[in-house]
Amino acid sequence: MDFTLKIWRQENARAKGRFVTYHVTGISPECSFLEMLDILNQQLIDKFEKPVCYDHDCREGICGACGLYINGRPHGQDDGVTTCQLHMRRYRDGDTITVEPWRAKPFPVIKDLVVDRSAFDKIIASGGYISVSTGGVPDANTILVPKEDAELAMDAAACIGCGACVAACKNASAMLFVASKVSQFAKLPQGRVEAKERVKKMVAKMDELGFGACTNTGACEVECPKNISLSHIACLNREYFKAKIL
Amino acid sequence: MSNLFTSSIGKKLIMSLAGLFLIVFLVVHLGINLSLIFSDTRESFNKAAHFMSSNLLIKIVEIILFGGLFLHMFYGFYLQIKNWIARGRFYSINNYSQTSFFSKFMIHTAVIITVFIIIHLSDFFFKSKFSGEIPVVFYNGKSYHDLGILVIEKFKIPGFVIFYIVCFIFLAFHLLHGFWSAFQTLGLDHRLYTPWIKVIGVLYTILVTAGFTLIPVYIYFFM
Ligand code: HEM
Ligand code: FES
Repeated sequence: MDFTLKIWRQENARAKGRFVTYHVTGISPECSFLEMLDILNQQLIDKFEKPVCYDHDCREGICGACGLYINGRPHGQDDGVTTCQLHMRRYRDGDTITVEPWRAKPFPVIKDLVVDRSAFDKIIASGGYISVSTGGVPDANTILVPKEDAELAMDAAACIGCGACVAACKNASAMLFVASKVSQFAKLPQGRVEAKERVKKMVAKMDELGFGACTNTGACEVECPKNISLSHIACLNREYFKAKIL
Repeated sequence: MSNLFTSSIGKKLIMSLAGLFLIVFLVVHLGINLSLIFSDTRESFNKAAHFMSSNLLIKIVEIILFGGLFLHMFYGFYLQIKNWIARGRFYSINNYSQTSFFSKFMIHTAVIITVFIIIHLSDFFFKSKFSGEIPVVFYNGKSYHDLGILVIEKFKIPGFVIFYIVCFIFLAFHLLHGFWSAFQTLGLDHRLYTPWIKVIGVLYTILVTAGFTLIPVYIYFFM
């Protein structure tokens, strides 16, 4: 398969970027999107051109590094997958594909398609952990957790921090990310101990870093590769009001 | 407590409470207006309008209403500007993920509603409060402003009728997302009840918009 790619090229954080058009040839339909970019890069290197920088690590949908904004959608058009899990058979031979980095003030571009997502680390560092002693591994069923709560906590914990929610949101809001991280602890007894402090600190950090405010549009939920539900945002709001008012 | 209202969630809390208050107010407003077309004389409408502008309790509610409307508008515009700044550079291809359609145009419908509110208030509310141009009628020897005739005269102008109806439609777009959104912002989300809140939101929007649309149409054709 052959493709025309319009890719955002930007030398460094301060440079003014622009789109550059490339033609990539001989792509097999089994190629993942990232493998296709690898082949493009090899073709560029062969021509003594600079390869395109993009982020990746696990290539199996669990690390969240590979965020690319492809044809107007984070992680491409498939639901519930990351860019590394997207395959070229989903496109037609000869398609033109536009690839942009995540666009958000708190995620500055480092180079080409690579953005600095350390804003998420800062939010986690502000309170997204448990610091009370929870002891060793308890015997089964000594701490009772309702099945429904356990499932919801597990759903929230599926967040891989890729930033697709911010990239998709028309407000560049990080609410779904923060909601997952608050919700996964809020539902469990070990997390309740510090629940109030946690939510206050994480929301304050999110605002301070310049993420937008939520308007319940739901693009985050649609684009999340782990299908994390908007209801976690309602949970975040509840936790926040409880911490602030009660 | 200190910075509840300076956080983004806190600002949305105010917006949602004010929005819900406006939603309740619209029902009261509609009820009074309907009395103009459902009774043969303008008496009940004029008396209701008089009550709304003279009763002390209503005056307090009126202050809350205007305060709420102001905060809703202020934070609506304020957060939208912050949200545009948060994006930084815009995408060359806009996101087209399948989400609630009207939620993407809240700021646009809001601008139209703002224009409408300004024109609407200066046509009726400010006139009745601050200028003496309004005819007077007597019921049982007491004098009342004949606001009813003012409304009827206005709605004999076709352009005015059309302008009002167009604005109601945009208000409906605002509410189609806003009704449910306010509950979500308040954290009132539930596996079983949330779908019902959405249904009630749509029903509310249709009924209220249809009710408000009926008034100018009826007056134009039948009064
Ligand atoms: C009768 C008039 C109005 C009613 C009943 C109403 C109702 C609502 C409701 C219930 C929401 C959802 C709030 C939330 O999710 O927290 C909302 C959102 C919004 N309103 Fe209004 N509103 C009205 C007028 C206005 C006006 C005049 C503006 C002008 C600035 C405005 C601007 C906004 C904006 C920008 C949003 C989007 C925020 C969001 O989606 O969360 N609204 N409105
Ligand atoms: S490279 Fe790890 S999720 Fe795609």
